Amino acid sequence: MPQFLVAGYLPDDFDPSQMDEAVGREIHALNKEMIAAGVRKFACGLGAAKSLRPQTDGGVLITDGPYLETKEHIGGLWILECADMDEAVAWARKGVIATRGQVEVREIFFQPSPD
Amino acid sequence: MSDVAKTIEAVWKIESTRLIAAIARVTNDIGVAEELAHDALVIALEVWPDEGIPDKPAAWLMTAAKRRAIDSLRRGRMLVEKHGEIARDLERQQHQLGEALEHALDQVIDDDVLRLIFTACHPVLPMEGRIALTLRLIGGLTTAEIARAFLVPEKTLGQRISRAKKTLSEAHVPFETPSGDELHRRVESVLMVVYLIFNEGYTATAGDEWMRAALSEEALRLGRMLAQLLPGESEVHALVALMELHASRNAARRGKNGEAVLLPDQDRGLWDYVQIQRGMAALEEADRLGGGAKQYALQAAIAACHMRPRTAEETDWDNIVLLYDALLQLNPSPIVALNRAVAVGMAHGPAAGLEAVDAAAALAGDSALPGYHLFPSVRGDLLMKMGRLAEAREEIQRAMAMTKNLREQELLANRLRQLETQPEC
Repeated sequence: MPQFLVAGYLPDDFDPSQMDEAVGREIHALNKEMIAAGVRKFACGLGAAKSLRPQTDGGVLITDGPYLETKEHIGGLWILECADMDEAVAWARKGVIATRGQVEVREIFFQPSPD
Repeated sequence: MSDVAKTIEAVWKIESTRLIAAIARVTNDIGVAEELAHDALVIALEVWPDEGIPDKPAAWLMTAAKRRAIDSLRRGRMLVEKHGEIARDLERQQHQLGEALEHALDQVIDDDVLRLIFTACHPVLPMEGRIALTLRLIGGLTTAEIARAFLVPEKTLGQRISRAKKTLSEAHVPFETPSGDELHRRVESVLMVVYLIFNEGYTATAGDEWMRAALSEEALRLGRMLAQLLPGESEVHALVALMELHASRNAARRGKNGEAVLLPDQDRGLWDYVQIQRGMAALEEADRLGGGAKQYALQAAIAACHMRPRTAEETDWDNIVLLYDALLQLNPSPIVALNRAVAVGMAHGPAAGLEAVDAAAALAGDSALPGYHLFPSVRGDLLMKMGRLAEAREEIQRAMAMTKNLREQELLANRLRQLETQPEC
């Protein structure tokens, strides 16, 4: 069965300690539901980012903060195993309601190693 | 199908199990619960395309189901019997029922889903009834889809489901999770249902390929669900392992022209190694729980033995024979004995294998087994390896006459052609 990345985006200045208690409860409830439905492979939140950019001299420039300069950045993710994209989107819809955030869904591809 | 209809179908698929489980806890009857949930879906199909999908679809569906329940109660078609206390007047009954349903969803715990699975797989039902009900109630499949998968008319399948619901209701099967010794016995029944669903999708060669793949996936999903809900039951993990390991070979099981490719000839690069890892992990979990010598664990261990080496030639056949010995102790069936004979043939040579086939055939006696054609087929294969080609030809022709399965016939015909090109010893 295919696997999907369901990524949640949060505002740039998001502070987890300020998160609404009700939101936390809903996210936990959703996680329990995903587990009981046998779809959740993995879930996590993400910490602050460091960005790495290749330089013309062949070096790598490392800076604090996310790579893209946008107002929202990826703050957590689920890996779900679903029958198809429609089902993954149905779970992601619940993710939007629970987190009050933007969510993006992508299918994960696995390429077996040639040897 | 329109986008909205597809979305509704997907939402239904992920919400229906909890919804039915929640209603069943109140009504104590999964038949009634399924009907109410389904009525709610019909209303959703009318309303959602115009109004959009609600934020909390499960709560929305529950409210719709509640209205239908109160309606039925008013028309005297439903009996409220909660914890044995029956409210005397209709108004109070309606109020109590409404309240109970309104709150049921908030309290849905994993136990309710588990109760639903145990009830759908209750031994009071015939196996085909258990399978249909499980796919319908827990898999969220429609009657039409299940009928398509099992190649029976939709009407027949519909009758099968209503008969099953009626049987549960008449036998007063309680909506509960069994405990103690009863739990193990009932887990067995649930696992058997799940494995039969998996095999229906995995081994059958007739019918709608897409629907069959969906069946195997549904069985895997049920298995993973059970592993979450019953983490201490080793055989649940073992069955998940067995199904993951089998399913991981899917892409390698058909050749370019759709012909069957048997395990030793498969391109191992086409196996799904992520899935194999999951299968191996589930098998380790079964072992860790002390269930390494039980039925599904042994079968999964045999599958793992086939899949660990990088080439078919490196397969540890001695170990496979030992595992079959253990399996035969638990389940002395002719089919297990025949599989063991194949392994013996690989481990100790075709002559030893042939002896083991005859022992397996003796175990079968005169009974007309399903898959009985495998006996002459295996015998023919071993005789061919021994260079007894005339006898081999006879056995393979016998096997061909015994199977109606086209893919099997193809494989056997290939074997016959191979025979023609070999010099007689």
